Amino acid sequence: MGRRGGGSGSAATMPGAERGSELSEQIEAFAARLRRGGERPRSEDTARQTLSLLRKIVGNGRWSRAGELMDLIRTEGQRMTAAQPSETTVGNMVRRVLKVIREEYGRLHGRSEESDQQESLHKLLTSGGLSEDFRTPYPSLRANVIEAINEMLIELEGTTDNIAMQALEHIHSNEVIMTIGYSRTVEAFLKEAARKRKFQVIVAECAPFCQGHEMAVRLSKENIETTVMSDAAIFAVMSRVNKVIIGTKTILANGALIAVSGTHTLALAAKHHSTPLIVCAPMFKLSPQFPNEEDSFHKFVSPQEVLPFTEGEILAKINVHCPVFDYVPPELITLFISNIGGNAPSYIYRLMSELYHPDDYEL
Amino acid sequence: MARPAAPPAPGPPRSAPPGAVALHPPRFAPLRPPRGRPALPGPPRPERCRGRARQRAPGVARDRRGGAAGGTRERPAGDGTGGAGPRAGPGTAGGGRDRRGGAAGGTRERPARTGVTSPRPAEEPRVRGHVGPPGRQGALRIRTGGMAEREGGNPEGAAPVPAGPQAPELSREEKLQLRKEKKQQKKKKRSEKGPSTESAELCAPPEAGQPRAAAQPTSPPAPADGPGDSEKPAGGKSKAELRAERRAKQEAERAQKQARKAELSQAATTAKPRQSPTEPQSMVKRLPEHVQVDDPAAQRKLAKKLERQQVPLRQDYGTKVNLFSHLHQYSRKKPLTQQMSIPSTVIHPAVVRLGLQYSQGIINGSNARCIALLEVFKQLIRDYSTPPNEELSRDLVAKLKPHISFLNQCRPLSASMGNAIKFLKKEISCLPDTLREDEAKEKLQDVIDKYLREKIVLAAEAISRSAFEKINDHDVILVYGCSSLVNRTLCDAHAKKGRAFRVIVVDSRPRLEGRETLRRLVRRGIHCTYVMINAISYVLPEVSKVLLGAHALLANGSVMSRVGTSQIALVSKAYNVPVLVCCETYKFCERVQTDSFVSNELDDPDDLIVLRKGQAQLGGWAENKSLRLLNLVYDVTPPDLVDLVITDLGMIPCTSVPVVLRVKNVDQ
Repeated sequence: MGRRGGGSGSAATMPGAERGSELSEQIEAFAARLRRGGERPRSEDTARQTLSLLRKIVGNGRWSRAGELMDLIRTEGQRMTAAQPSETTVGNMVRRVLKVIREEYGRLHGRSEESDQQESLHKLLTSGGLSEDFRTPYPSLRANVIEAINEMLIELEGTTDNIAMQALEHIHSNEVIMTIGYSRTVEAFLKEAARKRKFQVIVAECAPFCQGHEMAVRLSKENIETTVMSDAAIFAVMSRVNKVIIGTKTILANGALIAVSGTHTLALAAKHHSTPLIVCAPMFKLSPQFPNEEDSFHKFVSPQEVLPFTEGEILAKINVHCPVFDYVPPELITLFISNIGGNAPSYIYRLMSELYHPDDYEL
Repeated sequence: MARPAAPPAPGPPRSAPPGAVALHPPRFAPLRPPRGRPALPGPPRPERCRGRARQRAPGVARDRRGGAAGGTRERPAGDGTGGAGPRAGPGTAGGGRDRRGGAAGGTRERPARTGVTSPRPAEEPRVRGHVGPPGRQGALRIRTGGMAEREGGNPEGAAPVPAGPQAPELSREEKLQLRKEKKQQKKKKRSEKGPSTESAELCAPPEAGQPRAAAQPTSPPAPADGPGDSEKPAGGKSKAELRAERRAKQEAERAQKQARKAELSQAATTAKPRQSPTEPQSMVKRLPEHVQVDDPAAQRKLAKKLERQQVPLRQDYGTKVNLFSHLHQYSRKKPLTQQMSIPSTVIHPAVVRLGLQYSQGIINGSNARCIALLEVFKQLIRDYSTPPNEELSRDLVAKLKPHISFLNQCRPLSASMGNAIKFLKKEISCLPDTLREDEAKEKLQDVIDKYLREKIVLAAEAISRSAFEKINDHDVILVYGCSSLVNRTLCDAHAKKGRAFRVIVVDSRPRLEGRETLRRLVRRGIHCTYVMINAISYVLPEVSKVLLGAHALLANGSVMSRVGTSQIALVSKAYNVPVLVCCETYKFCERVQTDSFVSNELDDPDDLIVLRKGQAQLGGWAENKSLRLLNLVYDVTPPDLVDLVITDLGMIPCTSVPVVLRVKNVDQ
């Protein structure tokens, strides 16, 4: 949380013009980091960094009305999301902040919170054309929004723990659990369960990067009986698996996943054996995108890991792909466990409408 | 790549540790069956057993001569009991039977004794110690040796007895017999007093022996032997006479049978084909050793068998995944030859080399392994010479056994190899006795060549031709791993028929066999794409056909193949891409299997370790008690995920495997 402290400190001391340029530099650096994407940043860190940057924008930006602030956030948000479209967390945080601004503005504007919360179909129908203009300046808006963003940051810190706390509700003793690759959320989830229950974990290694190895080593250190296997054995072993518990990069609006490549196979295998597939994912991974064109989410990295350059002349004659993500359709998923509880994929749309404002779906 | 060390120098013959030898006798005696085997042939069960014993027909015949124990002896050696073995219960019982078997083995020594390339018998470790000069002294001496040892008497005393004349040998036997019986009586008394478990053990053998007794075809003397040997404790004096009589009878019997056999074989259809329909049943009963590693009794039995065959036992490596504790897990870094020198008198150097190539993964793939095996067996047969007083058809089969055990220790045999061995054994035992040795050897070589040509080479050609019909221009064909058959099919379709198609090669760690496929296809100018198995969902939308190889096709229609195949079939099914499996019919297997657990193979777990950024995450897995590595070799694809099997007999649904098997059995 040093980053957050540092951020607010600089916001207090810096004079206006320098502040603006420094902020712009920070955003640029953040975007560059995303663009490079080398060290596979943890989604939670990305979310936190985005939020603190947004908070700086709110704190230091030149705006007087809510509308201006929202435009500002939107432009900066676009800049950041464009840097790395696969890091949906950034866009999600931008949307969350936009929603916060709307709420704070609405509160200051004198709108009751209940009416906002309970949008009935009837109200949606009747109030169609009526949108807010966010013109009225409120001096307390800045502080309120920053306050709300701080709350979000605190909430962010607890997400993994909140998810892990539900572990015992889902893992019974002597269970065989399969997972794939490395997910910190799943790691925490399983470790929490291991404090009370004895069970066995099978980790698919997730070639070519073999993140699964790290996962397995970490789990085995907690005395969880862990087995590492190659991705090819997923289906072969699935018949003995009780539950599949995985993490994900993004939850799409239809309840589908964009997860590490290999997950689709895993989900299909689980479906084939009617094994429940549980996705552990914090709410900030919920993204209001639909998989319109399935290819749009693809991200490719250097195929060097798949076929090393040492292979020689053969490389000139072939195509080698190394996609990072898989699309997992919602019908293969049994349950989402997020920091606010468990939900079926069919309920995701509802959670989404609570998290984001419909107007912000497109940044 | 010539990693495998040259076959070890013949080295001094392993002399059995004195302790080992001494251990045998006392344990042996108490476990003799209190009564002989119940008299006679059972109805259907024996039939089946006979079917099973088909391959070992010569051995059986020989056993009969060996008397009661001979019948039981076959069991531990051949692993033939199937259900009976494990059923016999606690470890000691198993051991006991073995012991008994060992004893009988003494009488059975003859066939194995006068070995192929070597004068050294190599079959029975027990005998090892005191078979001084190479074996011309023949069976009788060995036999006495065996007996003596069994008695706990000094083998040295027994050994020098000259072989030839019947009379001294008998008298010695007589003595031994007497001694044995005394001992037995003592033991019996003790066992009666003993706890009930022991008596249970005592009961077990006769029960197990039953089918075996019946399994011996046309052998009235055998059952008579059984009781005679173990039942009449008092008949000391008459024993020798009885024995002599019996032997004469058996000799006559055998001569008769051989004559009959010769006749039959000339008539082209021996009794064997008739038995073949019963074979599937017997196959079902027999549980291969390499899937019951978790059964200590079975393991002990294996150890005994290997010891008898002078084949080193390979130690399992590392902790196994619980689900697979019934399978072997070997380390590539510890090849069989490192732990123990293998006398070249027992195992042909070519087989040693082959075994190392198997265990190091240098020869890999079902077809390649089978071809290599048959080539080595050809060499083995070339170098073989029938010892005097032996028949090639019997001795050679017995001679093959330790070799097969050895190869099995290096790496569990593939289904293709199993079928080839079955075929070869049958061919050997079907050889007409009228053939001279060199003729017989010539014939066997031809038969093997024919098998290689017809079952593998021509079959591949036939498959390649029919698979070609399924490959259209502009197809995108997905292949997995490295299947020689699929590669050939694709190369043919590209080069000979000029089809324009693209291939996506899917690969998986840790074997990365797809790279070999990639090299081969690219060399032929086929346009290739290469992905790992995780990325299969990414490539499948553009794929029009999936072409897979197979390790074996099981009788329930399941396809056993390299691990990952089933997964590809599954995902292909989800994307509605047709899955075609190419498989020669010689890989069809009568086993049935519904999951990938029961019968599978574990490869070296160290293969999974990967070095990334200078550190191997899994490096210390062996020290980590709660971390296991699973390096599975095969998996089983359920039949509903496979649309078509392309075989040398044409294109069939994979549920037609049993039909093909049945037809094949009738043909043979």
